[in-house]
Amino acid sequence: MEWTRYIDPLLQGCWVTIELTVYSTILGALLAFGAGMGKLSHNPLIKALSVTYIEVFRGTSLLVQLFWLYFALPLLGELIGLDLRFHPVSVGVLALGLNIGAYGAEVVRGAVQAVPRTQYEAAKALNFTRTQTLWRIALPQALPEMMPPFGNLAVQNLKDTALVSLISLGDLAFRAEQLRNLTQDSTTIYTMVLFMYFGMALVLAALMGLLERHVGRWRHRRR
Amino acid sequence: MLFGIEWDTSTSWAFAWSILPILLRGMVVTIQASLLGFFVALGLGLLLASLKGVPLKIIAWPAAFITEFLRDTPLLIQLFFLYYVLPDYGIVLPAFLTGALALGVQYSAYTAEVYRAGIQAVPRGQKEAARALNLSERLAFIHVILPQAVVRIVPAMGNYLVSIMKDVPVLSVVTVLEMLNVAKIIGDRTFNYLIPLTMVGALYLLLTLIASWGVRVLDTRLPKRGIPLK
Amino acid sequence: MNEPIIRFEKVVKRFGELTVLDELDFEVAPGEKVTIIGPSGSGKSTVLRVLMTLERINAGVVYVDGEPLWHEPHQGTLKPASEAHLRKMRQKMGMVFQHFNLFPHMTVLRNLTEAPRYVLGLSPQEARQRAEELLELVGLSDKAEAFPSQLSGGQQQRVAIARALAMRPKIMLFDEPTSALDPELVGEVLRVIRSLAEEHELTMLLVTHEMDFARRISDRICFFDQGRILEQGPPEEIFSSPKEQRTREFLHAVLHPEE
Repeated sequence: MEWTRYIDPLLQGCWVTIELTVYSTILGALLAFGAGMGKLSHNPLIKALSVTYIEVFRGTSLLVQLFWLYFALPLLGELIGLDLRFHPVSVGVLALGLNIGAYGAEVVRGAVQAVPRTQYEAAKALNFTRTQTLWRIALPQALPEMMPPFGNLAVQNLKDTALVSLISLGDLAFRAEQLRNLTQDSTTIYTMVLFMYFGMALVLAALMGLLERHVGRWRHRRR
Repeated sequence: MLFGIEWDTSTSWAFAWSILPILLRGMVVTIQASLLGFFVALGLGLLLASLKGVPLKIIAWPAAFITEFLRDTPLLIQLFFLYYVLPDYGIVLPAFLTGALALGVQYSAYTAEVYRAGIQAVPRGQKEAARALNLSERLAFIHVILPQAVVRIVPAMGNYLVSIMKDVPVLSVVTVLEMLNVAKIIGDRTFNYLIPLTMVGALYLLLTLIASWGVRVLDTRLPKRGIPLK
Repeated sequence: MNEPIIRFEKVVKRFGELTVLDELDFEVAPGEKVTIIGPSGSGKSTVLRVLMTLERINAGVVYVDGEPLWHEPHQGTLKPASEAHLRKMRQKMGMVFQHFNLFPHMTVLRNLTEAPRYVLGLSPQEARQRAEELLELVGLSDKAEAFPSQLSGGQQQRVAIARALAMRPKIMLFDEPTSALDPELVGEVLRVIRSLAEEHELTMLLVTHEMDFARRISDRICFFDQGRILEQGPPEEIFSSPKEQRTREFLHAVLHPEE
């Protein structure tokens, strides 16, 4: 059986893909909250920064962002006298996180804005400060609303990790390309790889589903 | 030199100015690939959505599985699959067509969902009312369901066209000379990646801004008076 | 009469072209229970919402507990209030909303303890004790761990009343507290409000369509029409012998809707 020989190297690639997905999804979530809340901020500087970040990273291509960070950023660093050369892993996580964070920011903003006005009024009547209202009243209610689109973004992010193989990171896509060069057995290898990505996506979607139920516990209580 | 156009490396501004026409040539390819991929996605998506709607489970389930599978696997791998596997079966396509096909295949999973959601968003009562008026299934679909579904489907499709544009650079891996690939080649040859890659970013921003604006304009032009949209 | 705890002086509130409060003058004495009645759009709820600082005013001055609400004294004149001043003033008031507005993601107990803990700075034990006493008062001690979605409308409104009381306000504002309830649930909420009305310290301002209830608990009824008080007085007077034609028409329409 030819295909069994491919399992080991491909599983090694899977592990790198999983690591990249986890790190960049966490980074993306942090950026999404920061920029999403920033876009709702009353501070014009914070608002402008958030809007610019969101528009630039949603308006350009992920691969362009990845190549820019990998090829162009070090040159920019030389120009301004800083060492901006990073390890490909950092560049990959950074590019993926920045990209998915910009999409997530719109999700966060939308969900927070969807919290009914009456909740803000109740919070005001109880004399909560603006910050307390945001963190204690609005965000916990917005969180379950964010989860389904976040789940989709996480799967999107998993798929996007394949692109980091293009800056020679040893993820699943990279291992597949290596094996193909070695064996020319494209059909078997790419079929296996497609199913591996599919399997990881199903697991990730299931995990996000669990998380969704966890943060939305209070919504499932009924009389 | 690329596409017969020389660059001028004397100053940064001169360099940027001299490579702009080359990048614009790449942008034309980007737009062509986006449009071709988009039309493939529209057709293939409609096929998948229709098959998923067939009452026969032996047809509907595989269609649903294929849609889910295409949605959950990376464009890059689908592209490699088509690029390396199709020739094994005697189908040899130019890289550009393979690329556009891959875009279409990947996005058909999304467009299928748009068709389904668009039709489903039309309230059930509308179909029942059409039946009560004794309209045939076909006439009911054309005159009652479709006009109400279209106004939901078109803007969503427009947004996927913009997404497809942003995925075109992936085609550079199979040597398609779209905008990013052109910039990368210029960078490889001049050792200056900063200017071409930054310009590609800016051009992309421009392209998606215009395209998004176009989608919004199209959306406002759609005949949707009286149709309740959420 | 004592120094009024609430005083409106020529207060104007507009929504665009529409004038909701038209140079309104209005006073409430400490401990007084006042019910505002009137046709919809007459500005009844706006009075409460202005007091709770949910709506800004366009002109005039509102005094609460001797201090201007929307203004601060500044070099002999009044300047617009800072957020710090507004927060100090809000402390004096509690509000009950038509649609309860409980926090859906918190248990009943946390709905009651959240603000006392994080706004008043009470310890968890103090906040909890206060909440338990109030739940006892509104008859919902067994629902402390329930979520709002598990309660009936009447129960939710009783929790909302307890939540407002947990902040120990001097003034309670009730904005149509039974209008969103099924008819069979109105009684339990009115009973709670009525028991509060027996507290002599608490000032109460109530907007309602429950005329019988208003008659029984109020010291004074104010009939609002077109952003002003058209007529006011003790309940017997307003309900038995209203002077104004508009008041008579309104009361007739409300008390005998079928005619």
